[in-house]
Amino acid sequence: MNLIRRTVLGALAALPLTGLTAGSGLAQDTIVLGEVNSYTRLPAFTEPYKKGWQLAVEQINTAGGVNGKQLEVISRDDTGDPATAIRIAEELVSKDGAVLIFGTFLSNIGLAVSDFAKQKEVLFLASEPLSDAIVWSKGNKYTYRLRPSTHMQAAMLAEQAAKLDAVKWATVAPNYAYGQDAVKAFKSELTKLRPDVEFVEEQWPPLFKIDAGSTVRALEAAKPDAIYNVTFGGDLAKFVREGSLRFLFEDRDVASLLTGEPEYLAPLGGEAPEGWIVTGYPSTDIETDDHKAFADAYIAKFGEAPKTGSIVGYNSVLAIAAALEKAGSTDTEALLAAMEGLTVDTSPTGPFTFRAADHQSTMGAYVGKTGMVDGNPVMVDWAYADGADYLPSEEDATALRPAE
Amino acid sequence: MGFYFAQLLTGLANASSLFLIASGLSIIFGVTRIVNFAHGSFYMIGAYLAYTLVSIWSGSIIGFWGSVILAAMIVGLIGLVIELTILRRIYHAPELFQLVATFGVVLIFQDATLAIWGAEDLLGPRAPGLDRAVRIMGEPIPEYDLALIAIGPVVLLAIWLLFHKTRWGVLVRAATQDREMVGALGVNQAWLFSAAFVLGSFLAGLGGALQIPREAVSLQMDLSIIGEAFVVVVIGGMGSVSGAFVAAVLISVLNAFAILIFPQISIVLPFIVMAIVLIFRPHGLFGKPGSEKGAPEEPERPLALMDQKSAMVLFAALGVLALSPFFTADFTTVLMVDVMVATLFAVSLHFMMGVGGMVSFGHAAYFGVGAYAAAMAVKFLGFGMLPAMIFGPICAAMAALFFGWFCVRLSGVYLAMLTLAAAQILWGVTFQWQEFTGGDDGILGVWPAKWASSDKVFFYIAFVLCVGGIWMLRRAAFSPFGYVLRGIRDSQTRAEAIGVDTRFHQWMGFVLAGGFAGLAGVVFAFSKGSVFPDSLGIAQSIDGLIMVLVGGIHALAGPILGAGAFVLIEDWVTRLDYWRFIFGAIILVVVLLAPDGIAGGIQRLLRMLKGERA
Repeated sequence: MNLIRRTVLGALAALPLTGLTAGSGLAQDTIVLGEVNSYTRLPAFTEPYKKGWQLAVEQINTAGGVNGKQLEVISRDDTGDPATAIRIAEELVSKDGAVLIFGTFLSNIGLAVSDFAKQKEVLFLASEPLSDAIVWSKGNKYTYRLRPSTHMQAAMLAEQAAKLDAVKWATVAPNYAYGQDAVKAFKSELTKLRPDVEFVEEQWPPLFKIDAGSTVRALEAAKPDAIYNVTFGGDLAKFVREGSLRFLFEDRDVASLLTGEPEYLAPLGGEAPEGWIVTGYPSTDIETDDHKAFADAYIAKFGEAPKTGSIVGYNSVLAIAAALEKAGSTDTEALLAAMEGLTVDTSPTGPFTFRAADHQSTMGAYVGKTGMVDGNPVMVDWAYADGADYLPSEEDATALRPAE
Repeated sequence: MGFYFAQLLTGLANASSLFLIASGLSIIFGVTRIVNFAHGSFYMIGAYLAYTLVSIWSGSIIGFWGSVILAAMIVGLIGLVIELTILRRIYHAPELFQLVATFGVVLIFQDATLAIWGAEDLLGPRAPGLDRAVRIMGEPIPEYDLALIAIGPVVLLAIWLLFHKTRWGVLVRAATQDREMVGALGVNQAWLFSAAFVLGSFLAGLGGALQIPREAVSLQMDLSIIGEAFVVVVIGGMGSVSGAFVAAVLISVLNAFAILIFPQISIVLPFIVMAIVLIFRPHGLFGKPGSEKGAPEEPERPLALMDQKSAMVLFAALGVLALSPFFTADFTTVLMVDVMVATLFAVSLHFMMGVGGMVSFGHAAYFGVGAYAAAMAVKFLGFGMLPAMIFGPICAAMAALFFGWFCVRLSGVYLAMLTLAAAQILWGVTFQWQEFTGGDDGILGVWPAKWASSDKVFFYIAFVLCVGGIWMLRRAAFSPFGYVLRGIRDSQTRAEAIGVDTRFHQWMGFVLAGGFAGLAGVVFAFSKGSVFPDSLGIAQSIDGLIMVLVGGIHALAGPILGAGAFVLIEDWVTRLDYWRFIFGAIILVVVLLAPDGIAGGIQRLLRMLKGERA
């Protein structure tokens, strides 16, 4: 008893020291990468992402590291709060010696960290946030973004939606920046391709608090030919359930953003709608050699199929390793120069490039339809849509960014 | 016509779910006076348990309803354990202190749920036999909605019978009105409290379990329901179960129709309704005067000026803080700025709660207004850093002047909830008005001026503003104005009798506290370089509340100790896996060891060391 108490007390007394000593024990032959994400706030999306970058770091280090040095990632939880994220970023850079920051999921946290990166002059690779503002209206010299943005994914859907007969569209989107951007982009892209469409109804349920029954009925009342959906997660499940109970989706086309991602599609189980046009990630169905190698290694390590987050996490580290290699040093200016136009030739999703003009990567997404195979919801009839085809030209993109 | 009738039915079905959780909350508050933040967690656990049970006994009607009831009973049992092990030990703590314990429970449940059920949302089966829609006046209505519409009133009736036809119910109602008297008549209060807590938890669990056929079970369920549940309880009148029913119907039906006209309204609708109801009916629709407060507490010890020894210790600590940038790393300096901001925020809230006797659940409103005003002054008006730092607190004080006028007309929990409504309405405006406030993308690029951009220089700016602000609030507490405020807090009637305009003094106290919260917000904005609606969100308000209560509401040093401990422990603990569990456990340990807060605990410790009897 006494022994236990003494051990516990000793451990407690030593705890504050761990904070002081971390970082000092690092050998010179490692490169420290700072990583921050909403691990407790949104574990369903950030856990697969974490596994993705862990796999990439392990593979790179086993193969000898980058420039002869091992990669080490110091990963922290931002608790879903932008202010905390900034404090952590500060600590990662000034205390832990991180040469760059990557990660973040929520758009506002991505924006907060990108502004911090600009102020403290450190490279930030925004892995997951989708907000267009990160690379356009609030873009800066120090921030790059990997994942295909809201605008790109909405444009991919609009291209498919334009092929439908539907003329009267209704939209439903969570009421915050992501939902608003997604609706705006879809409207403008679809109207460009099909000037005859009209938008007859908009619904804006609060994020994760959708009153699904009433929302479904409001959409139904507008009698649209087709529906554009941006809700996700728990909202999507409620919306699908109430919508199918009330025949909202009978004889109607639905275009739905991100719904093909396993994070969102799998929880719907046997009730997943069929025939929706979606963007997403068909995971183990992708049969390219690079993807097969990735998926096999991922399954061997974690015992589950990779999700969208996994591929984003994995590609983030691939991109960072490529940049470090190209720069030949960990100096921020050298890294920034390397990131400009950096091409990652082999990734599980194919090659992608970070555009010099707006710092957006051309990593694409998969566009297809939802379907049911052996009782499990999957994407069918899908094809890879290269991000480069859904971005404005580099001149137009430059005009969208604030002057440096 | 059919369409509107169907919309009404949809609203009523939602009302039933909302009522179930709100009724339990109302019963718990009515009897035990605990503001139970963990109620949303009970709701979530009920849903997860029901999901697991339904998956085992899937398919049959008896299996489904049996699972729902069993899940609710298990949640009731969990409630019992929490009541017996934690809450029972702290009923004699200052009012609202139990709220801190339930906050710790929320954190623990969040991580426990994640560990047991995993991160992914779980979609349970639909209710067997009720998995279709029927046509009413040509409109499809889900059968399960109709079942819910029936369940709400049935539960209401059951509670009514329980309260009016059983001896236990009579005792519960008696305890709701006068706890002391019930105790004096020889009723075992402890078991009465336990039973009320179990019933409340059971109802929350039932509410969660009944959601299985409607929505995916997710880790966000606890926090997404708790705000609305409180709103319903307050609109109905604290402790009134039938009031909760009426309020649930009012909010749900209003929402069902409002989104037809103005879809964006859902974000703030419940809070707008609550604000309107409270302005016209200060005790909610069915609440009785006096329902907002617990039994009268022992009068506090008057605040005493520090003795010489304490003052010397304080100055030494300040000196160390002032010199810290010279012997610590850059990052520590940044962390210290966060500590000082949190401390000023907590001290301003304590001025309102501890000195002014006005509990606020929405103090972040003024913190956020200060931060936003400064950020917008820089961005749109081209202000420099220093003018913006003056402009921010003034705007925060103006906002407090406006909302305070309404709030000081209420008291107790109703006042607290009206401050929350004010904060949520401001949050909604900030969130929604994208062109002006940037929406949830916030305002970026609010960094300190060039000469102040080094961590050290900014530390001293923050030091001067925050320590200066704390000192001024302390001065105010010992000024004649502070004495009057404390007098009003201790006895409003006597203060009025000697000719004090109580409302006016409380109003001015509210404005002062708001202004200094705004000052904290300004320092915050420049230290982070950006502001987001989170800065006036519920989480920020609750953090402040926890700091004040954990620190000890009856001492001026309380919020300082509370804020320091909160920020530093959180900064350390978030490095660990399952940190919410650990953080929650730490909070519970503090709560159990020091029911009078850290400050009270230290005072007791000192007295014990000196060999005095406490």
